[in-house]
Amino acid sequence: MPGIDYFYPEFEVVRRDERCIRCRVCERQCANEVHRYDPERDMLISDEAKCVNCQRCVSLCPTRALKIVRSDCRLRENANWDGDTIREVYKQAASGGVLLSSMGNPKPLPVYWDKLLINASQVTNPSIDPLREPMETKVFLGKKPDRMTRDAGGKLVTDLTPQLELSMPVMFSAMSYGSISYNAHASLARAATEMGVCYNTGEGGLHEDFYKYGPNTIVQVASGRFGVHEDYLEAGAAIEIKMGQGAKPGIGGHLPGAKVGPDVSRTRMIPEGSDAISPAPHHDIYSIEDLRQLVWSLKEATGHRKPVIVKVAAVHNIAAIASGIARSGADIIAIDGFRGGTGAAPTRIRDHVGIPIELALASVDQRLRDEGIRNNVSLVVGGSIRSSADVVKAVALGADACYIATAAVLALGCHLCRTCQSGRCNWGIATQRPDLTKRLNPDIGSQRLVNLLTAWKREIMELMGGMGINSIEALRGNRLMLRGVGLNETELRILGISHAGE
Amino acid sequence: MIRTIDTAGMDFTDLNRLLRSWEGDAELLNCLGQRFIGAGMGKRKLSIHGIPGNALGAYLNGAEIKVFGNAQDAVGDTMNAGTILVHGSIGDTAGYAMRGGRIYVRGSAGYRAGIHMKEYKEHIPVVIIGGRAGSFLGEYQAGGIIVVLGLHEDGKPIVGNFPCTGMHGGKLFLRSRCEDIAFPRQVTARAAGPEDLAEIDPYLAEYCAAFGLDKASLLDAPFTVVTPDSANPYRQMYVAN
Repeated sequence: MPGIDYFYPEFEVVRRDERCIRCRVCERQCANEVHRYDPERDMLISDEAKCVNCQRCVSLCPTRALKIVRSDCRLRENANWDGDTIREVYKQAASGGVLLSSMGNPKPLPVYWDKLLINASQVTNPSIDPLREPMETKVFLGKKPDRMTRDAGGKLVTDLTPQLELSMPVMFSAMSYGSISYNAHASLARAATEMGVCYNTGEGGLHEDFYKYGPNTIVQVASGRFGVHEDYLEAGAAIEIKMGQGAKPGIGGHLPGAKVGPDVSRTRMIPEGSDAISPAPHHDIYSIEDLRQLVWSLKEATGHRKPVIVKVAAVHNIAAIASGIARSGADIIAIDGFRGGTGAAPTRIRDHVGIPIELALASVDQRLRDEGIRNNVSLVVGGSIRSSADVVKAVALGADACYIATAAVLALGCHLCRTCQSGRCNWGIATQRPDLTKRLNPDIGSQRLVNLLTAWKREIMELMGGMGINSIEALRGNRLMLRGVGLNETELRILGISHAGE
Repeated sequence: MIRTIDTAGMDFTDLNRLLRSWEGDAELLNCLGQRFIGAGMGKRKLSIHGIPGNALGAYLNGAEIKVFGNAQDAVGDTMNAGTILVHGSIGDTAGYAMRGGRIYVRGSAGYRAGIHMKEYKEHIPVVIIGGRAGSFLGEYQAGGIIVVLGLHEDGKPIVGNFPCTGMHGGKLFLRSRCEDIAFPRQVTARAAGPEDLAEIDPYLAEYCAAFGLDKASLLDAPFTVVTPDSANPYRQMYVAN
């Protein structure tokens, strides 16, 4: 039945011909091959059907001749059957395939960060000016001792289990080499080092060039164990066991063979062109006891010198799960909310599985406190943290630190076109094509990440100072600093906060 | 110089700390369930009398471990290089995600042996199980060689249910005609020819030398070889959205 599967393109390319100088930059820059020069007519023509609205051509057009607009040729939508829903049915009827998407959940589900408001001092308990007063944003992640102990001579025992020291409570979360480019990894590693925070390898192994950034690297061990070996484990500042990811809880990862070129092959330690399949579960972990075994095997293999992080997706019983993890020997729990990004995830999983990180964090922090084991672990949250205000709210809800990834790739030039899975990222981030990856200059990329974190750090200090708090440690779990707006009783109870005005 | 350690009553953290405290070889006596022995260990020799606990030789990086007894679960988890010889039988998930080295077992293996084994260039992991293997043998196998010899005498099948599910690399050999074993659709199981057997001959020679077996009589039996049909078994399942 021809015709059914044709859609009028989602985007239109608007080219103002009086400005176009036929320089053909747009044609060269578009890996999706939207633009083409027609020499007979001496003009550039567009195939809008291929456009993903990544704005690369718009950004680089020297005469500002281009814009991309959303098409107004719409299906006859209604509130139940919107255009995307209808188109998804057509796509599956044509292909029989599972829908595959990228980046975080785009659905209009509640963003609780935007319903939380931060306190400030007025009159009593004066605010602090971070321009003049010292402000401490440094955090240490890891198990904290329950009590002070003294040796036989009465001296304080200061042996701590290993800690991860961060200059501010923000880290770059896991994105594998393979899902993102070499230059993107180089930018993250260099920025993390300069800022005194950490980036995370994801489960794609650690490229040989990046071992030198080890003190600011978290190495990940996931169900596929790609690139995991003794030197890799020793290279990092901490080891993260990935049990789940917010964008796709309950399922594994799958890097298509087409993206496994020579360099990715060497780093993952698998043959070129072979699919890199990470099974949904770790097939040796079916219980907290099994998790404990993997945690301890990593500690034994690295001489108990590295904190071990266990990363899980925020799901319904997250508080009970976190309680188990806190008893498994893990030093840090990372929880990834359902709005977390991804290089590729089945659409239905991304959009319908998991819970908001705000609620997960609040319930985990409370559960661990109730059980008297909050100091067994540090809590890191991600998915999605979009600004310094989100960081401050997360810390006040009980987080020790935050993971950011979407914000980090935005800093590198990502325009959130959400087609990472195509491998044709025009901004040189989610691609392995050499002609595209070279577009991301790691000198500039790392500087932009440093700028972002520097700005956030300043903003965190200002927000803290406004509350009369001069140390991030004093903000952690300080829910009195938060009020909710437009939240119901249940939401307020789970978040452990009062409504604004109370 | 070989140091002998009586491990009776010793906690695994103490034992492993002791093993990390010097570089030489060791002989462990009265081993009883201590976990993570040899985790990440480089080129050293370790002989173990008794029964080591779970995750023996995890992330092993070149060491030679001999076990005079059985071993428990997760032998050679994510092993990179080295040899683990077990004179008895082993538990579940041996060689999970193993990338290199050898695991030779005289007896049988539990569930999920060789799961997600992979290979990379000169790193080709080899697991040889003397007796039978439990269910889910070679699940998600992405590389390397798994051989099950079926020398067990309890009359049970050479492998349990669902071998090779998700296999997308490597080879699996079973010393049997495998007539009543159900393999998944994405693999091909066929009678092993001389070329196939030539590929595993050096490993069988090592195995027989280690356990005092006669290779010729081992080979005097039908072998089945299983290979995946594609290195990209799931590619067609998706449509971009």
